[in-house]
Amino acid sequence: MTTHPTLDAIARYAGDGPGLDDAAVWSIEVHLENCADCRARLAGSTTDATRTLLDRVAAELDRGVAAGPAPARLRRPWSVLHQRWLVWALLPWLTMTAGVLGCAMLLQEVNPQWPSLVLLLAPLAPLPGVAVAWSRRADPAWELIAGTPSAGLTMLLRRTAAALAVVVPLLALIGIRTGDSLALLLLPCFACTAATVAIGGLVGVVRAAAGIGVVWAAAVVLPSVGTGHMSVVLRPGSVPVWALAAVALAAFTVTQADNYRRLSSRS
Amino acid sequence: MRSVSAAETAPTISPWAVQAEGLRVRVGRHLAVDGLDLSLGTGVHGLLGPNGAGKTTLMRALATVVKPADGRLQLLGQPVDGRGNLRLVRRGLGYLPQQFGFYPRFTVREFVEYLAWLKEMPGPAIPDAVQRAIDRVGLTEKADARMKTLSGGMLRRAGIAQAIVNSPEVVLLDEPTVGLDPEQRLDFRTLLRELGVDSCVLVSTHLVEDVVAACTDVILINRGKLVYQGTPDGLVAEGGPDDAGDSPAERGYSALLRRHRAEEVR
Repeated sequence: MTTHPTLDAIARYAGDGPGLDDAAVWSIEVHLENCADCRARLAGSTTDATRTLLDRVAAELDRGVAAGPAPARLRRPWSVLHQRWLVWALLPWLTMTAGVLGCAMLLQEVNPQWPSLVLLLAPLAPLPGVAVAWSRRADPAWELIAGTPSAGLTMLLRRTAAALAVVVPLLALIGIRTGDSLALLLLPCFACTAATVAIGGLVGVVRAAAGIGVVWAAAVVLPSVGTGHMSVVLRPGSVPVWALAAVALAAFTVTQADNYRRLSSRS
Repeated sequence: MRSVSAAETAPTISPWAVQAEGLRVRVGRHLAVDGLDLSLGTGVHGLLGPNGAGKTTLMRALATVVKPADGRLQLLGQPVDGRGNLRLVRRGLGYLPQQFGFYPRFTVREFVEYLAWLKEMPGPAIPDAVQRAIDRVGLTEKADARMKTLSGGMLRRAGIAQAIVNSPEVVLLDEPTVGLDPEQRLDFRTLLRELGVDSCVLVSTHLVEDVVAACTDVILINRGKLVYQGTPDGLVAEGGPDDAGDSPAERGYSALLRRHRAEEVR
């Protein structure tokens, strides 16, 4: 059970403690720290002299704060700060990607009998962004960053995620409008991204992205457009295969971590 | 079965911050560093050599940015050939590359903060460490100026600030005095001496006078090979009155290079 100090003890404490020994003053102080009721009683017992002193101190403090320097600006979170250059580097490429996908969507609406151009181009959509995110030409501080402990696969994956964060919602929105299967839009997209990162560890990310783009265009896009029939690799039955490929390539990517630890002439 | 002695299983504690044995580093097909043996401890070490001697490639290898083609390289007692903890080693490194790239829209403070973050410094320690590093290179007044507004000398100083922000045990500075005016160079020499008290600082430069004034140790390389390692006084003593150069140190530098080239011809 909590024992509160008497009103008389609080009044004497407020009056600078006449008649209270050190132990009693200390005991009341400890109690006041934890008891709002007694703090209110103490406020009511404060003498006029103390109130005048407190008002004077408050006025002085207000004047000092008003005359002093402005409080330091709260710094932006690290994640926003450190991605800022990346936003500028990615912006033109992502704009171009959005433009190409938008054109594909319009063409598809004009010529509904054609194979879905959005579906054909979706796997390539994130590749320019991924290539730029890990290119020594795009990152001016490339060599500086390559010597830091954060450099490596984790950094590449973080930058890849930044590119995907724009491309995936865009593809989903376009897919909803065109009625294409979201699984067929996104799974090949994830698989090609994982393949770019995985092969990029061996030949460089830019070369890997370019190579995958050329192979995809030659093996899937051109035959589909030429024949007017969607390639077998983008038919609904291929969804489980793409899911498996995406997982396998993502696992293979992890094995390439060592190749991303140092600068390479391939980067 | 061969018995293993306690000495063989005991951890190896190296007195050297940097230790290279038979180090070879390639740039494309060119062997830029060719069988270099080097041991560096605490102090300021000046790396000298003519253009194309392999200074920048050596700095890159020591900064763990490029992988050596052959030989053994240990930094802070850890091998950096893939078996050691590269991440741990990099936390103890500070590196200013010759081609110092930066983000033009960042302020000096943001740039140094970003590098501190990449160096995995604890978040709460970063603001104070950044301010200290900026103050040490004399950029306090420009801390909130954008990088693109700085002069060449100021950019170099911002580069040095990011290199020392994590209080590294090994500091690698490639041509740090490029763009600095004479007064800034004198300040920089003082900074080097301060850093060398408890760190291993390797400074690559063409300015022999900087090395003599600020370094405890001189390393001269040519065609990727070690030509000389010793004190600045030793370098001065190598020169004769007929050797090329405006100062005794430059004459010593010229004499050593001349002899090394003559030996290579033989």
